[in-house]
Amino acid sequence: MTSPAWLDRFCEWLKVTPFSVALQSAAWAVPLVQTIHILAIGAVIGSGLMIALRTLGWVAPDQTLASTNLRFLRVIWWSLPVLLLTGLLMISAEPARSLENPAFLLKMALLLISIAVNFGYQSPLRKNPEFWEVSRTRRRLSQLLAFTSLLLWVGVIFSGRWIAYVEAS
Amino acid sequence: MLNVDELLHWLKDTEFATAIRENGSLFPWIESVHVLGVTVLIGSVGLLELRLIGLTSLNRSVSRVLKDVLPITWSAFAVSVVSGFLLFASNAPTYATNTFFLGKLVLLAAAGLNAFGFHAFVERSIAKWDSAARTPLPARLSGIFSLLMWVGIVVCGRWVGFTLVPTP
Repeated sequence: MTSPAWLDRFCEWLKVTPFSVALQSAAWAVPLVQTIHILAIGAVIGSGLMIALRTLGWVAPDQTLASTNLRFLRVIWWSLPVLLLTGLLMISAEPARSLENPAFLLKMALLLISIAVNFGYQSPLRKNPEFWEVSRTRRRLSQLLAFTSLLLWVGVIFSGRWIAYVEAS
Repeated sequence: MLNVDELLHWLKDTEFATAIRENGSLFPWIESVHVLGVTVLIGSVGLLELRLIGLTSLNRSVSRVLKDVLPITWSAFAVSVVSGFLLFASNAPTYATNTFFLGKLVLLAAAGLNAFGFHAFVERSIAKWDSAARTPLPARLSGIFSLLMWVGIVVCGRWVGFTLVPTP
């Protein structure tokens, strides 16, 4: 699979912009941005894990689902802009290595599915704090969504690490 | 007596270490598990320390947060140590001379001592401030110190990847 010509041209253009050149010329810039990215991933997966484990009933069963979500969603919402910003910086520093990399594309695909799954979990909860707890079927469905979301995050982390090992096409 | 250098070379030449070094995809798979372990570890430690410092989860007692989070922290720690050891073994003599790798171990030891100090001394009086938003100064300092160590551990870990030149 080869990348489309327009993406090649975009990467070539981005690579020589002063901003990208500045990022490439400072040896510490990319590892620093990656470190911040990993810390923010930690905040998201740590909080996401707490929400999932509460949904599964394994952690803090004395807390309502709604209050657990409220508590940890705040951490996630603070981390997402950091992830986006550091992600954009990494793309700017090495456009072709990321944008034309199958592992990167997989990571973005898993991320999109994860956003959809989390939207499906969160939006009914916002309208009705007890939405997932009124019936057995709903409880099962919420657990399935929480578990799927966790698996997707594991996939995001794995494919993210594999960007360094898969050749950009 | 076996010296450290011999031990490191012996480790590198073990069957599993050789397999990790020579198989093209084993290293990245184990590394992915390591990153997963470390992110969950630092995420859970962060939730804990932010409560201890008095920034988040203030309507929940410190001991409840500890009870919620610590099993995750310890599981993630076990995954990180085992996967980290496997990565280390694949090129033991080289890792052992890498400044950032050694720095990571020092910070890890400091984080461990801090955690021990917290459980042995600070936590003793927890009944008095368990539900307080503002915890005593030693508790807050321990939380800040722990966060700094863990951030430093991730910094060092990432820099290992940029400074280590693996030997075949």
